[in-house]
Amino acid sequence: MSIALFRIDDRLIHGQVVVGWGKPLNVGFIVLVDDAVRASASEQELYRMGVPPEIELVFASTAEAVAGLPVWKRDPRVGLLVAGDIDTLAALSGNSHGVARINVGGLHSRPGRSARLRYVYLSDAEAAQLKALAARGVEVTAQDVPTARAVPLKDFT
Amino acid sequence: MSEPLRGVIVSHAAVADALLAAVAAITGVQDALVGVSNDGCDTGALAERLTRAIGGQPAVLFVDLPGGSCLTSSVRLARGNASVAVVTGVNLAMLLDFVFHRDLAPGDAARRAAEAGSRAIRTPAA
Repeated sequence: MSIALFRIDDRLIHGQVVVGWGKPLNVGFIVLVDDAVRASASEQELYRMGVPPEIELVFASTAEAVAGLPVWKRDPRVGLLVAGDIDTLAALSGNSHGVARINVGGLHSRPGRSARLRYVYLSDAEAAQLKALAARGVEVTAQDVPTARAVPLKDFT
Repeated sequence: MSEPLRGVIVSHAAVADALLAAVAAITGVQDALVGVSNDGCDTGALAERLTRAIGGQPAVLFVDLPGGSCLTSSVRLARGNASVAVVTGVNLAMLLDFVFHRDLAPGDAARRAAEAGSRAIRTPAA
């Protein structure tokens, strides 16, 4: 198998990720890519509490994820990779290993962002970042849970 | 404790509001609990909602699931703060017990609530 879902979600590990996507995909491991969480044992412990023991949870910095992605893509289990911002997925998709699809699952209201969907708020710069990823051949859609419609990038930027 | 504890129900969607309404309907107590939903929140926004709900009082945070954004935000607020305790797996039975035992220290109230909630989970013979 490979990484079945590359997700941008500022809540990182939560119910939609572990249950909503994890169950139907039969996920065997989750890679959480976040430099701050990678550096904090207590933050890692918090996120570990939300993951059942049968799913391996891997913490990685952005640099570690760039290096580790080829290994995770060869893993026989189904994987899910989640990061909290567009920059991180842009870094992963910018290397030669490739990220074919990105799921925007949750970017919430902050100063400078405007509502694009119920669960997606973007600044103009972030919208441009996603368009740049699409221009490089990455399929970018927004979809909070598997039963929802995958919204094409053009419909929320 | 001179100031009664505040209970904050932290949930997905409208679970907190539904539990608040049920506690009020059963006990008539209106001022012991407040509800916080994580709807539309990133971690920062949820932390702000929680901080407002706690209001600087000693509090017990009743979280719906033992993992996820409601729990992570709650535990971050409670870390190093003896006036805030966290319980997961909120149910109506633990809240009903809590509203009548708000004179305890937060940690003791949390443990008592967890025990009351656990006792309510049964599989009665049909």
